[in-house]
Formats: sequence, structure tokens, C-alpha cells
Amino acid sequence: MKTIVNVFHHLGRWLEPVIETFIHLCGISAIIFVFGIFFFVFREGMGFFFGGLDIVEFLTSPEWYPTSLNNKRYGVLALIAGTFSVTALAMVIAVPFGLGAAIFVSEFCGPKLKETLKIVIELLAAIPSVVWGFIGLTVMNALIIKIFKVPIGLTMLNGGIILSLMSVPIIVSIGEDALKAVPDSYREAAEALGATRWQVIYRVLLPTAKNGLLAAVLLGVGRAVGETMAVLMTTGHAVKIPTSPFDSVRTLTATIAAELGEAAVGSDHYRVLFIIGVLLFSITFIVNFVTDLVIKGIRGKA
Amino acid sequence: MFNKVLCAIVVMAFCLFSSGCSKKADKAEKSVIQNAGSDTIVNLAQAWAEEYATVEPNVSIEVSGGGSGTGIAALTSGTVDIANCSRQMTLEEIERVKQNTGEAPKEFVVGHDALAVYVHKDNPLAEISLDQLANIYGEGGDITKWSQLGIENSKCVNDEIIRVSRQSNSGTFVYFREAILGRHQDYKLGSRDLHGSKDVVKLIAHTPCAIGYSGMGYATEEVKMLKIAKTTSDAAYAPTVQGVMEGTYPIARPLYMYSLGTPEPEEQSYLNWIFSPVGQAIVEKTGYVPIGQK
Repeated sequence: MKTIVNVFHHLGRWLEPVIETFIHLCGISAIIFVFGIFFFVFREGMGFFFGGLDIVEFLTSPEWYPTSLNNKRYGVLALIAGTFSVTALAMVIAVPFGLGAAIFVSEFCGPKLKETLKIVIELLAAIPSVVWGFIGLTVMNALIIKIFKVPIGLTMLNGGIILSLMSVPIIVSIGEDALKAVPDSYREAAEALGATRWQVIYRVLLPTAKNGLLAAVLLGVGRAVGETMAVLMTTGHAVKIPTSPFDSVRTLTATIAAELGEAAVGSDHYRVLFIIGVLLFSITFIVNFVTDLVIKGIRGKA
Repeated sequence: MFNKVLCAIVVMAFCLFSSGCSKKADKAEKSVIQNAGSDTIVNLAQAWAEEYATVEPNVSIEVSGGGSGTGIAALTSGTVDIANCSRQMTLEEIERVKQNTGEAPKEFVVGHDALAVYVHKDNPLAEISLDQLANIYGEGGDITKWSQLGIENSKCVNDEIIRVSRQSNSGTFVYFREAILGRHQDYKLGSRDLHGSKDVVKLIAHTPCAIGYSGMGYATEEVKMLKIAKTTSDAAYAPTVQGVMEGTYPIARPLYMYSLGTPEPEEQSYLNWIFSPVGQAIVEKTGYVPIGQK
């Protein structure tokens, strides 16, 4: 018995630096992966980015004609507008619902209902995006036509509703964690001062959990911007700057998914799709960066 | 002791080696032909593959769709043996295949399709001309309402023509563009670009305002195929086998298969079987037009 312990002791001493290095590597692997992905995506697009692509036209023209025979035009303004409009609409629906549900789950409902709700919400998060897309394509399409008397249901509204349903579970579970992290003594103190339940939430809980709730919303935004399959199936995939929620739109992600398979490796079309990838990457980066600044600003004030 | 171990190792190595060999022999007996591409042809290719499995059980044909462009991309990278295509390959694409694989693609016409223009079954429109289609679909075209075609589409709420088109990897997308707009014009932006031939017909079946194009093999009860005229003053013809045979239907097209260089013996016998009366009977059964009749 003693010898075994000794062996492990020796082994442990010898292994320790190895394990340390391994854990260290795990820690910085995220950085390596992010830079690796950025590098590879950018490398594929670079040839066209520096040679031939009119970057002003790329960002300001709504004309996307990558396969035209004699007048190829690579303008992604309509696609950017599509991505942002669907995301914005999804957030308009998802944020009140998500935060409301988070407050209900964490503050109002009994323990039994709470457990059930949490399980169901997690189940909602586990539905694959292609199934969401399928629901949008069949059920929502028919519903929108019937309710709003519009000619076609594959619209920004359809995509927005589906995306909001997909991001609500994320907002609820992270928002609920943020509210749970507020110490009970805060609630007790507020109630002792005679605050109503509404006042406790509005004046005490929400300001305290602000950072966490903001993080919840922004993760929801991230999910909505990056979602591909569901929006490809539900938005109608039309290159158009939308003027109402009943217009069809096309998003940046859906364009990459639909066109990369046929674009000949190394062609301008192929490279421009990678440049769209870089653009998406930059959008996410900016969203995260702004969040960081906002949170730091809030902290600074507090 | 040492001898025994050595003996065991030798025996084990021999077992591994021989089993490895027999596996290889199994594979050689059942050869696989990878076949991918055009969404217009995919049902037909599937029907051929299933029937061919009963004729030649030792050859298995694996069919997938994705679009003509996807098939050509796969042929270029050498991941399929035969690419299905609802349009001809461009010179540029042929050049790229040569560069990447060292072999020139070889073209086979395996059937014909009358590219049908579909509307909802309650749409009163019966025929349309190519220039009207160009004005509906083409960049700069000025037809956006059903009333501009001289009909009252009462089921359509706001009279707007909803254009249903295909994603750009589709051979049908490319063929239709060339057939109605020529080589120098592009589609109007804002059409609903769908992924599959079947999706187009399905969406039109639910949308009274819609117009769209797809292979004649995808026709259902819920949609109507329009008769097509060259110009408004010409006679219009329906997309039928006869119309394609006689050359009266204006937007009929060949359906292609491409192999890498000269086909392998198994591929050649598969193609021969496709060209045979049995293979061509399947073309007619899936709703397309057999070769040799045009």
C-alpha cells in the first residue's frame, strides 16, 4: 500500500509540470482558436480584398450579383440591412419576453413550477435550428398570410419571430442567473423599508443585476446575428432593403451558406464570401467590445 | 518462450494481412459510383439508381442533389464520378476542371426538360410570352402587377407579382436567365430565391400571387403550368413531351451528365444503360422527355 502511494507521489511530482502546461494551454487555447479562425478566414478573402474589390461599393451598394455573366457586382448593403433588421425585430420581441420570464422564474413562482419551467426552457434551447426553420416555413408562413392578409409569409417578421423564440431561452437562463446572484439581504432590506414587490424589482434588483442582464441580452443578439439555417428558411432569401416587416430579406450568414457550396475555390465569388465572413466577425467583435465598454462604464459610475 | 512469442506475432500479422486483403477484395466486388448535382435531375437520377441496383447488384450508385453548380464544384475537386447538370458547363468551368484534375469533363445528354413556368392553380392567367417574362424577371423590367398582364388575379391580395427564383448554384437559375434575358441582362433583385426545384412548386401552391420556374417533372395538382409563346403575337405552347419533341416549346433544354475524362468501365455501362430503352422509359415516367425523340 505504502509503495503505491509512494509511486503516485513520485509520479505526481514528475507529472505536475506537464499537467500545468496542459492546463495553461487549455486556458489560452481560446485565444489561439479565435486568432486562427480569423487568420484563415481573412487569408481566403485577402486576395480579392486587396486586389479588385471596391470596398466602398461593397459596403454601400445593395446590388448583389455574384454570378452575373458580364456585370458582376458585389454589394452587401441589402444583406447587412437584412441581418440587422431581422436581429432588431427579434430583440424587440425577445428582450421583454426573456427578461420578464427571467424575473418571473427567479422572483415570483413557487419551487415546483420553477423546476418545471427551467426544464422546459432548456428544452426550448435544445431544438435544432433547422427544426425552427421548418416551423417557420410551414406553420408560421401560413399563419402570417392568414392573419395579416399579406401575399407571402416568408418575411422579416417570420424570421424575427423564429429568431426571438431561439434567443429567449438564452436570455431567460442567463438573466435568471444574474437575478439569483443578487444577495437576499437586498430584497429583505427593501421589503423591511416597506417597498412593494414591484418596487423591489424595479428599484433594487434590476439596477443591481444590470451587468448580468445586459450580458444576457447581448448573448441573445449574438445568437440572432449568427443564426443561419433558420433565417435561410424563413426570411424568403430576397436581396432587398426592407421597408416593412412584411418584406422578404436575406442575411449575411444565409448568403454564405447558400452560395459557398458552388463558388469555385479561389474565384472572386468564393473570396467575397470569405470577406463577408470577416465582416460578420467584425460585427460580433464590435458588439462584444461595446458591451465591455458599457459594462465598464456602469461599473465606473457605481 | 521467445520462439513462442515470435510465432504468435507472425501468426497475428498473417491474420491481419489476410483479413485486410479479403476486405479489399470485397470492396472491389461492389463498386460505388458517386453521382451529385442538379436538383432538377435528382429525382430522375434516384429512380435510375434504384432500378440499376436490380440490374447490376454489384454497382451501387450514390445520388445527391444540391444544384448543378454544387455538382460541378464537386467534379472540379474530384469528389464525384458523375455530375448531373441542368445546364451546359461554361468554358471557364471546363478549364478549371482540367486544371484541377488533369482530365477534361466529358458531356452526355441524358434527357430533356421543358422548363415550366408555374402559377397558383387559381390564377386565371393561361399563357405568357418570353418578353413578358423578361419584363417580370429582368433587371429594369417594368411588370410588377398582375393587372399589367391583362388579368384580374382576384385571389392575390395586392395584385403584386411575387417572383420566385432559385439560388445561384442552380442550373435552372442560369438556364432561365439565359433563355429569357440573354447573356447581357441580370435578374431583378428582390425575388424569393429558394434552394430546391420542389420548394419552388410548393411555395407557389400556397401563394396565389406567385410566379416561378422549375423542371416539368415537379408539376403537381396544386399549381398550373403556363403556356409559353415567343412573343405576344406568337402562338403559345404547353410544356409537354410533344411540345419538346417538335421543338415548339420555347424553353426546352437538355439535361446533362458529366464524367471526368473517359468514363470508367462501370460508369460507361451505367451510362449505356441510361441511354437504353429501359433507362429512357424511366425518364418519361419521372415526367421528363426521353432523348432520341427530339
